[in-house]
Amino acid sequence: MIIIAIITLGIIGAAGAALLYVTSKKFEVVEDPRIAQVQSVLPGANCGGCGYPGCSGFASACVKATSLDGMLCPVGGAPVMAKVASILGMEAEAAEPKIAVVRCNGTCQARPRTNVYDGTKSCAIASTLYGGETGCSFGCLGYGDCVKACSFDAIHINPQTGLPEVDEDRCTSCGACVKACPKNIIELRKKGPKSRRIFVSCVNKDKGAVARKACSNACIGCGKCAKECPFGAITVENNVAYIDFTKCRMCRKCVAVCPTGAIHELNFPPRKEAPAAPKPAAAPKPTPVAPETSKPATAVTPKPEATTQAAPAAEPENKKANE
Amino acid sequence: MRTFRIGGIHPPENKLSAGKKITALAAPKQVIIPLSQHIGAPAQAVVKKGDMVKVGTLLAKVGGFVSANIHSSVSGKVNKIDNAIDASGYRRPAVFIDVEGDEWEETIDRSETLVKECNLSAKEIIDKIAAAGVVGMGGATFPTQVKLMPPPGSKAEIVIVNAVECEPYLTADHSLMLAKGEQILVGVTILMKAVGVNRAVIGIENNKPDAIAHMQKLAAQYPGVEIMPLKVKYPQGGEKQLIDAVIGKQVKSGALPISAGAIVQNVGTVYAVYEAVQKNKPLFERVVTVTGKAVKEPSNFLVRMGTPISVLIEAAGGMPENTGKIIGGGPMMGKALISAEVPVCKGSSGILLMTKEESVRKPMHDCIRCAKCVSACPMGLNPAFLMKATVYQNWEMAEKENIQDCIECGSCSYTCPAYRPLLDNIRVGKAKVMGIIRARKK
Repeated sequence: MIIIAIITLGIIGAAGAALLYVTSKKFEVVEDPRIAQVQSVLPGANCGGCGYPGCSGFASACVKATSLDGMLCPVGGAPVMAKVASILGMEAEAAEPKIAVVRCNGTCQARPRTNVYDGTKSCAIASTLYGGETGCSFGCLGYGDCVKACSFDAIHINPQTGLPEVDEDRCTSCGACVKACPKNIIELRKKGPKSRRIFVSCVNKDKGAVARKACSNACIGCGKCAKECPFGAITVENNVAYIDFTKCRMCRKCVAVCPTGAIHELNFPPRKEAPAAPKPAAAPKPTPVAPETSKPATAVTPKPEATTQAAPAAEPENKKANE
Repeated sequence: MRTFRIGGIHPPENKLSAGKKITALAAPKQVIIPLSQHIGAPAQAVVKKGDMVKVGTLLAKVGGFVSANIHSSVSGKVNKIDNAIDASGYRRPAVFIDVEGDEWEETIDRSETLVKECNLSAKEIIDKIAAAGVVGMGGATFPTQVKLMPPPGSKAEIVIVNAVECEPYLTADHSLMLAKGEQILVGVTILMKAVGVNRAVIGIENNKPDAIAHMQKLAAQYPGVEIMPLKVKYPQGGEKQLIDAVIGKQVKSGALPISAGAIVQNVGTVYAVYEAVQKNKPLFERVVTVTGKAVKEPSNFLVRMGTPISVLIEAAGGMPENTGKIIGGGPMMGKALISAEVPVCKGSSGILLMTKEESVRKPMHDCIRCAKCVSACPMGLNPAFLMKATVYQNWEMAEKENIQDCIECGSCSYTCPAYRPLLDNIRVGKAKVMGIIRARKK
């Protein structure tokens, strides 16, 4: 009996195996083996930062593409793209590494609250209801939609400032936070040599006096920076300055002339001329906070002399303008 | 007695200002008249700084097909055209006028006499309504002239007047019916003529027996106009809910009310139509209820547009000390305002001052699958599921479950025993899905 059972099951098994073999040969899906190879060098985060649905989508798009121009894995950056290029025998486009930059400097001290929001703690929901808890309806709401969107744990709200800060080492410039922010505050900017970069940390489009009243760190659209810039990288539109990072040459002149400290410089060494009278406590505005807590040594430079002196001089004028 | 069939809730009515006569408030020192007081494109300003304007002078003309004219509510000098915080919670362009005297445009008939006769053609009526900048005054502020011109191929059969006022606390429509019943009925006949129908129904919830009796007495002289008492249920004032309650027809998902042969107008709008057509008076003042449990004298005021709400609160006995929130509109669909300087707009039906205890949001808990929101939803949606779809950003699923049909009445959030912010999330998802649908149509 046992033998019959073994033989019968053996025959069924063999028949099944034969059937499976035939069907797998007949209906075989021919996949380019390079897709698997490309996918193996990709980070596998499936973040969608490249614009394709996950890493396998990007891999098959790379294999199908005739050139790698415009194809970039923002997470892996140039090294990964070089590997992809060598697998496919193509030239990788020289990609500028980018990083997410939070363009709001409205710290709790600089931007007094005018009302209290007790609804759902979500930026998307709050922005459907009104402009926000402060007088500035363009600035960061601080409920952390960007934090929730980040798959790399690279952006966090600093409880002191109430603003999100980007962890430079972890940020892969996938752009998830940029899409999540309903106020369009976060921008992907060129990471810059030695991570040095300059940007206007404000997106307030209100007129100068209104913006200043809402937030002491706001860009008031005075245009001093645009006049100062020797490279024509700065434009002032809708009462807010914007630095074109493709034109900026990092001279830092704009940082020195900004009356409100809205232009930030990151990771620069301290300037040569030492501050004459360092009075950090008496400074009119809190010094800009470095979004990179991981690098305290190379973080923001102390406020240069020029700014500290220019600011108190400029302030009474602005106050007059407010009235 | 009739009501709509699907869902609905019964929040406490709290009609504190019911029976209070309408008091006209004098124009304040300065008015701020926003350029977008309606749904659709903002109006384009036609005055500039330093211009002298009279009551009823055109300040801004339509900025698109779905848009409305805006007129001055005071006489005086244009101080500036600048951004001001309005009921939306954002800074938007507005005309600031310093009030000097009270001089009206000569064309406006200021007498109290009732003008019954209307010999204009349908087209002329609609043009007059458009020129007067009349919009839906129940709160949605949809330009009335657009609503009166149904798309080709559809035919109106009935005019339904929304005098339901299902929002708790609010009594603006109620007091208007008691004070201006006759004018409203003339307004209804004008609307019937404009859209070419011979039947109109004024739906009134039966928590206003005095208004029902008053209107029924008057309506006897107006053939074709019927007063229909309706069973109290929120949100009966929703357009689709009212159509179901009055004529028993369901408007399909995505379809306009005209597909059921109905044109729905708020009773305040009907009065504005009467004034626009018979008295040449543009829409520049409206009845606003100022109410709240701690308010000294809950009242109904006739207010010029652009009056800061602080003036209204002062007139109602001042801001109570323990005010937690100022709500523009009723407690269900209204929105908390961030400043008492927000101006009264065409859509401001009420100002509700909530005490601190009332206005606190309770902490959210997990969904217990009780399906109370499902039975409350007047559109037959599944709010708990729609919130989930929004949180997980599954827009395809949200669209399949008809998130775009949500009328944002807030019944789901009101009824949820776990205090989940259902509507807050659905509103985000709805905006997203509507954007996707619009992009697809292009």
